Amino acid sequence: MSWFAENGLLVGLALLDGLSYAAAVFMVAVGLNLVFGVMRVLNVAHGSLYAIGGYAAASLGLFVASLGAPPWAGLPVLLAAAVLVGALLGPLIERLLLRRMQDQEPVLQLLVTFALFMILEDLQKLAFGVQPVVFDAPLKWLGTVDVPFGADAIPFTAYQLYVLPGVALATLAILAVVLRYTLVGRMVVAVTVDREAARAMGIDAAKVTLLTFTAGAALAALGGALAAPTVSLVPGVGASTIVLSFAVVATAGLGQIEGAAVAALLIGLGRSFAVYVAPEFEVVVPYAIMVTVLLFRPQGLFGVAETRRI
Amino acid sequence: MSRRAETLLALAGAALVVGLAYAVPWLRFVLTIALAKGLAVLGILLLLRAGQVSFGHALYLALAAYAVAFGTAVVPEALLLVPAAGLLAGLVGLVIGLFVVRYREIFFGMLNLALSMVFYSVLEKFYAITHGADGIRLGPVTFLGLPLAGETAEWTVLGLALVLVLGFGALVRVALASPWGEALAGIKTRETRLDFMGVSPRRVLLIAYVASAVMAGCGGALIALTTRHVTPALAYWTTSGELVFIAILGGAGSVLGPFLGAAAYELTRVYAAALVANAWQAVLGIVLLCVIVFAPGGLWGLIARRRRAA
Amino acid sequence: MKDCDATRMSLTRRAALGTIGVGGLALSGRLAQAQGAKPQEIKVGIATYLSGPASVFGVPGRQTAEMLFDEINAAGGIAGIKVRPIFVDEGPGVDHVVGEYRRLVQNEGVHLVFAAISSADCLACAPLADELKRPTLLWDCGTQRIFEDNRYSYAFRTQANATPEILAALLYLLKVKPDFKSIAVINQDYAWGRDSWDIFRTALNTLKPGVKVAAELFPRFGATDFSTEVTRVLALRPDVVLSTSWGGDLDALIRQSSDRKLFERATFVMPLAESSLQRVGKALPAGHIVGARGDHWFLHPSPADPERLKRFTESYRSRFNAYPIYPCFHMAQAVSAMKAGIEKAVAAKGGGWPTDAELAAAFKGLEFPSPTASVRIREDGQGLENQLIGTTLHSDRYPFPVLTDMVVFPAESVTTPVGQKSADWLKTLSPEMVAKLPQALAFR
Repeated sequence: MSWFAENGLLVGLALLDGLSYAAAVFMVAVGLNLVFGVMRVLNVAHGSLYAIGGYAAASLGLFVASLGAPPWAGLPVLLAAAVLVGALLGPLIERLLLRRMQDQEPVLQLLVTFALFMILEDLQKLAFGVQPVVFDAPLKWLGTVDVPFGADAIPFTAYQLYVLPGVALATLAILAVVLRYTLVGRMVVAVTVDREAARAMGIDAAKVTLLTFTAGAALAALGGALAAPTVSLVPGVGASTIVLSFAVVATAGLGQIEGAAVAALLIGLGRSFAVYVAPEFEVVVPYAIMVTVLLFRPQGLFGVAETRRI
Repeated sequence: MSRRAETLLALAGAALVVGLAYAVPWLRFVLTIALAKGLAVLGILLLLRAGQVSFGHALYLALAAYAVAFGTAVVPEALLLVPAAGLLAGLVGLVIGLFVVRYREIFFGMLNLALSMVFYSVLEKFYAITHGADGIRLGPVTFLGLPLAGETAEWTVLGLALVLVLGFGALVRVALASPWGEALAGIKTRETRLDFMGVSPRRVLLIAYVASAVMAGCGGALIALTTRHVTPALAYWTTSGELVFIAILGGAGSVLGPFLGAAAYELTRVYAAALVANAWQAVLGIVLLCVIVFAPGGLWGLIARRRRAA
Repeated sequence: MKDCDATRMSLTRRAALGTIGVGGLALSGRLAQAQGAKPQEIKVGIATYLSGPASVFGVPGRQTAEMLFDEINAAGGIAGIKVRPIFVDEGPGVDHVVGEYRRLVQNEGVHLVFAAISSADCLACAPLADELKRPTLLWDCGTQRIFEDNRYSYAFRTQANATPEILAALLYLLKVKPDFKSIAVINQDYAWGRDSWDIFRTALNTLKPGVKVAAELFPRFGATDFSTEVTRVLALRPDVVLSTSWGGDLDALIRQSSDRKLFERATFVMPLAESSLQRVGKALPAGHIVGARGDHWFLHPSPADPERLKRFTESYRSRFNAYPIYPCFHMAQAVSAMKAGIEKAVAAKGGGWPTDAELAAAFKGLEFPSPTASVRIREDGQGLENQLIGTTLHSDRYPFPVLTDMVVFPAESVTTPVGQKSADWLKTLSPEMVAKLPQALAFR
């Protein structure tokens, strides 16, 4: 117990960091997981959508701020940018590319998104340049919160402490409610579980797919937009994001929304504690968690063997 | 296509490679790299036959490349280094294979990805030994006891690559036509049928996995001998993605596909990089997209179709 | 590689693109171009990052090269010959760059190569320079291993290396804050992050033993979230925080540290932060130590030729709408070295065009002007470049922090002598060296 007396406070700090990191990871991974559930495509371009969402939010935010908008306006701008990117790029990608591919082998579908990722990486560079971009007005406006640490006090940004976890929780709750209790949501679940049967029941699977992909794209963009106030957007940010999201999705069990939340939490907290206990292994944490989980639960945390469902 | 026609095409291809390497010296390097990657892709092809996609075979590529780089300090003989590196990759492939062949599809792909990313991190972490991202340079290499340098080295490694490619290509061609090859394809169509026939799908897949690790290892050893400088980037997930990319580009229909794909990939990349140095990635993406959408059988599929038509 | 030495392929890649099919490639032949014949134009292959996170340096480097090549051509070229850059992307990694290097030499027939930003690329290209016998200027990479572990006849570095860049920052810290007792490090988890910390720690243990290392944190290269690292350092309260990070990583670290008031608790030492100042703006408070990987800063307090620096800064600013950062200066040094080297070799030949070997020999011992001073290439190929370190200051004249209390360290005093290894040399330093530092110059 003496260890805890000494380190208990540090554990508390690590928890706070882990939670906000988990929230950010969840925001990216949940869209990927949703799309995978319905379409059975692991969308590599999800990382690009994340990056574009971030860039769009930063650009829009800086533009609005230059018009003299108050700093609180930054928050709705982030959301608006995400919706815009999702609504524009989502249907475009789904209609023009993925729909034509839906009867092909899964590996071909996956590679289509890989090709798209390569194209979008360069387009994003041409559109937004290579200099790091940031939009931190909302974060500055919200200020910091002092968290007591023994006799000391450690400042955390309110954005990190409240906004990120808040939005993540809200997203989780909304998705859970929509999927369980609304007609549209139940249609999505039906297509996820059994596409053929769902179509036989008269569900317009094509429409559901389009809707899900658009929602997934918007969620990716929202993940990027939410990150825009804290991180610096640079070329290559999509590539490192997507590989982390893959780990979350595989750990979670495919198509599992709640699973994605738990996996993100595991990875977020795991990484945070690693920085305190064994900083040299921080990078390996997501993969170590994934391998460990799959060792004991080959279908992922919440995955159900054989039957597939959200 | 008949075995004879394929043999003739393979020999013609080899002659073309030698001719090109003679006529255009700078292509010697590019073609050697293409053959080396093609060898690794040949392994990917085996797994594709079983419907499994590995996003982590860069692990074996990098493992063997580093083995060669460290090995030159102990034994500088290329004829010992390459088999030793291939064997090492095969042994590690056996250990990992025993674990991953229990998984299918996305879990199989993601586990491989996770393990290769762990290896990538290890290469970065054990900085004192590996020099991290700076990489390590190969010591002097000999071939049959004669020192390898300059143009002789280029021709020798190219020759070695051709021998390995033809050898492994023939081996895979024979293996795929054997009952084992049929069983491998059975994993893709309906795995349970194999079980009913008393064939263990896991064992069938394990053999393919180990073979693919050996081939990736030989490819990695050749890459090390060609570039003479190895870095952890060889183990990064995008390298694995590149291998799958080449497999699809070339077409999974024949053992010639991987080499066709690798040559097309490397040549497209150097030409694209020369034309548009800052958007070569997009060019590559567009090429892949076109191949998948308009010629799902890959480049090999195009050739085979034309032959049938003729 | 005698063959390649004497041969420059006539077929350029663009021409090859035009010829459809293999026939065209095979017909390209091996047209020999005699060594020593005066070329139509001087072709320079330039390896730089055009994709990936390091393009924050690569693109300004490319822009500077384009600007300076235009200026040279407008003034009639070098020795009356126009110059043309051919850019290749370092983004795809070492095997791509090595292939591109060969293509530049064997196909494009470049006369010189500028390689590279990545240390791995430099380590791979320097031996190639000797193998293909093509003069190669290492224009931006940091690793000190290149000329300490090997000798090359065709590779030269036109700037300093990691050892003086990091040592200068430490000496500056010892001068302005001699009483610090503990330090934490937050570096990127890759070769540069590790190497620079090794140099810093080795020198620190020699010059001021007994400093407590509170934490050694190596977040992932390309990490965007440093909240855990910041929290940990906030809780540990070290006197000094060292970070040799750069690009988006450093921007994010500065912003997140600023948002959470870490700058109020510790003095930051950031040897590469000059390249981030314009982006992070006044999020970076006054009173922290910043370096620029050499003797460059667009408001340099004592430039050898103030007009030259002013001209360079203003043409860059008017063309690209930003103040030049250190990769711009490094590129300017490589271009200046190329010009001086070719002119020296041509003069030695009485106006004739030198062979590759003669051109390479001209770089040994070459002294050439940089935008702020001059750089000399030592006999081992390493450039001797002064180091400028300063402290941030907020001024109304710029929307970002500027430097004050700048110390310009003479190159010889901070560079590992020829034939010695940095790791050994750093252990021989003596604390008196801090007392002998040059006078600090204030922002004006």
